[in-house]
Amino acid sequence: MMATMTANAEAVVSAPPKMTARDVKVFYGEKQALNGVSIDVHTDLVTAFIGPSGCGKSTFLRCLNRMNDTIDAARIEGRIELEGHDIYAPDMDVVQLRARVGMVFQKPNPFPKSIYENVSYGPRIHGLASTKADLDAIVEQSLVRASLWNEVKDRLQDSGTALSGGQQQRLCIARAIAVDPEVILMDEPCSALDPIATAKIEELIDDLRGRYAIVIVTHNMQQAARVSQRTAFFHLGTLVEYGDTAEIFTNPREQRTKDYITGRFG
Amino acid sequence: MNSPRVQTDWASPAMQARVRRRYAKERRFRFMGLGALALAGAFLFFLLGTIFANGYTGFLRTEVKLLVEYDPFTLGIDSSALAGPGGENALNTANFQGLMVAAANARAQNLGIAAKDLVSDGAWLALRDAVRADPGLIGKRVDVWVPTSGDFDLLGKGLIERNVPEANRPVSDVEVAAFDKLKADGAVRTTLNTTFLTMADSTSPELAGIWGAAKGSLLTLVVTLLLCFPIGVMTAIYLEEYAPKNRFTDIIEVSINNLAAVPSIIFGLLGLAVFLNFFGMPRSAPIVGGLTLALMTLPVIVIAGRIAIKSVPPSIRDAALGVGASQIQVVFHHVLPLALPGILTGTIIGMARALGETAPLLMIGMRAFVTDVPGGLTTPATVLPVQIFLWSDEVARGFVEKTSAAIIVLLVFLMLMNGLAIYLRNKFEKRW
Amino acid sequence: MNTNPPTAHTVKSFDEDLRQLRLLIGEMGGLAKDQVDRSVAAIVARDADAAQAVVQSDPRIDRIEAEVEQLAIATIARRAPLADDLREVIAALKISAVIERIGDYAKNNAKRVNSIAQDSPIRPMVIVPEMARIVSQMVDDALDAYARRDPELARDVWKRDNSVDEYYNSLFRALLTFMMENPHHITPSTHMLFIAKNLERIGDHATNIAEVVYYSATGEHLTDRQKADETVYTVSEDVEGEQER
Repeated sequence: MMATMTANAEAVVSAPPKMTARDVKVFYGEKQALNGVSIDVHTDLVTAFIGPSGCGKSTFLRCLNRMNDTIDAARIEGRIELEGHDIYAPDMDVVQLRARVGMVFQKPNPFPKSIYENVSYGPRIHGLASTKADLDAIVEQSLVRASLWNEVKDRLQDSGTALSGGQQQRLCIARAIAVDPEVILMDEPCSALDPIATAKIEELIDDLRGRYAIVIVTHNMQQAARVSQRTAFFHLGTLVEYGDTAEIFTNPREQRTKDYITGRFG
Repeated sequence: MNSPRVQTDWASPAMQARVRRRYAKERRFRFMGLGALALAGAFLFFLLGTIFANGYTGFLRTEVKLLVEYDPFTLGIDSSALAGPGGENALNTANFQGLMVAAANARAQNLGIAAKDLVSDGAWLALRDAVRADPGLIGKRVDVWVPTSGDFDLLGKGLIERNVPEANRPVSDVEVAAFDKLKADGAVRTTLNTTFLTMADSTSPELAGIWGAAKGSLLTLVVTLLLCFPIGVMTAIYLEEYAPKNRFTDIIEVSINNLAAVPSIIFGLLGLAVFLNFFGMPRSAPIVGGLTLALMTLPVIVIAGRIAIKSVPPSIRDAALGVGASQIQVVFHHVLPLALPGILTGTIIGMARALGETAPLLMIGMRAFVTDVPGGLTTPATVLPVQIFLWSDEVARGFVEKTSAAIIVLLVFLMLMNGLAIYLRNKFEKRW
Repeated sequence: MNTNPPTAHTVKSFDEDLRQLRLLIGEMGGLAKDQVDRSVAAIVARDADAAQAVVQSDPRIDRIEAEVEQLAIATIARRAPLADDLREVIAALKISAVIERIGDYAKNNAKRVNSIAQDSPIRPMVIVPEMARIVSQMVDDALDAYARRDPELARDVWKRDNSVDEYYNSLFRALLTFMMENPHHITPSTHMLFIAKNLERIGDHATNIAEVVYYSATGEHLTDRQKADETVYTVSEDVEGEQER
């Protein structure tokens, strides 16, 4: 099991990473939130970020699609590339970047509109469908891929907010994949969900792996262990350890990682 | 370490007493709240009760039955002149006043009083309306119901104390006796006062109407709304979504908050100086009133709009940004629709305040005595609260009920606007 | 490599569970070592009663093994241990199984005392106590390494297995020669061979414990050792037929 894991991971490393971050530093005003994080994100791997609250994992995640731009005081140093292009370069259009690097948030946040409108919104504003039939097809495909189609196909005009928490989160995932992104960032996507809904999302993440590069921030270490192939442990704004998930959870190299995942912090 | 704690005895008398005191406190507080509510309710009931009791008669009028001969000779026209295309002209030039005076004199002499004390100055209008409706009346003698004089109107509504000495009341004993005689003959009745609801101001209370002021208010508010709403909403969006947070925007924010608290009379002076003196706009016109009230309402809408926009959960913004929506798409596709109920509520509250505003309008000349229903934005007009103010200043006894009736009209206006606000809020409100 | 003693868990009762597991393993290991020592003493003294006592105390080890298994499973279910905690719980589970096997071998040796006592003592017998001493020491040290989380001691135990194998090899050859000398010697010699084989297996199991302890403590596997039991390749006799491996 361990051996195959390692072999698998090594096989992927030979392919160029979808996103690379090199020495990324983030400052909120005077306060430094991240000190030099370097990470590769691969399409065939789910990468999990773990670490205690305030360790900078969400901050780093939001750097990957420039969601931190909305915070005036945030300043970012270092280099983040999407397929070799610096995403903070002046010629990078942030709107297109966010379409290519989609995001799913901690709290399910469907628009207070119909299920159909939720999913079709992205393709519509990016002009991905020329006809109503195209749009319908995208909506259906996205909902199918998000394993939600069978549950909502008869009530696409119902409000997205009327769904259960787990369904709402899958709707948000469907909304994200409707614009056909290359990378999907998930910021604690299951923290507001019950175990069954969580299991469905995890199963979904596993299904989506290979088609999209997935980065997931989670507080639930079991979840990181279940869904990811690579795990990065952040602590106090520093990337402490980054490696194969199986390795991190059975035999971490760093004392801080070990103390954190075995529940000996503080 | 100190000695181990003694197990708390939740059933001890001291504890029981504490529980009882706590309940007593809670009960007292509830009763106090209830008392405050009851007091407020009583005040409101008293206010509305008084206004309604005083005002409902303003919507009624007393009429007297007169035998009128539509004498073509006195009128100076005949039925054939009315049939043609110049009929309306002929009607307007016809001497209905003379006709009325003749009929009223006949009846008044009979009763021993003056004709002007029997019928209203505008009673002849009833004759003209009758002929307009049925030109065949000319040359006939018919009984016609016409409005009584102001004093007889008050007598008819029982608003004159008959017990006070003759010198202290507006009607003489002879007039009272005459009224009683008419009443006994069945020649007096009370009907709905259509004049009040369709006419503008007048010096005689029985001829004064509220429609002129109501339409003035309506025109003024339309101007205010058309100016305030777009500008206010845009300002709020810009300040919330685009403006950087720095010293300059802080100053703007403080200024807007201060503007909302500036006494309204100051805005009146501003309107007077800018719109009338500098731009030379017409005095007393709804457009100037609307502009002045817009100045006053704008900060209210901006503040309400900003609060509404701020209350849209950031998660919705994140969601939209996350699928690659641009800033303007985020605002117009998501934030604004969700903030709309709040903005509309704020707007209507601001408009209601503008509707009730008197002081700034006095400054720009909307207190003028206007006897015509305003036809457009630049014709002289008055507004409801100013009309109330003017009537409350009138000496004639008949204006007391008119004042209260006008207040009722204003309140109905306000309630309609608030109702609209609630309706819009419920219609657009969405759960997230 | 993290070999320093871990700090306490935020959840104190987790530490208590782990401590309980260690205590049980310690108790079980002590019992098993005692069984080995007593069985060998019974063999040397040809004391059937003492041997019977050994056989009778074996179920105690089995009971503790069941207890360890239960506690380990409960700990995994309730605490979801990770990293060295996970390795430690799994180690406890594996070690308890190994100790149980050690106990079984000791019991098996004790059972042979009856037959041995009916024959006259045989010469190669003298090697057994010496071999048993080394094996017992290995078990002892392996458990010590577990108790102290000491990977170096574990590696040391692991290396010692070779000498046990050498003892076994020489005993095996001595017994072969002895049996060829006189067919009457075959019965006691076969018993002796099994006893020696059992001791050798106990040594292997001690080595297993050492491996598990080493992995639990360091997260790394001891690299495959050179197997020194050469009897598998001895073709002169077909004695290895029923032995597993």
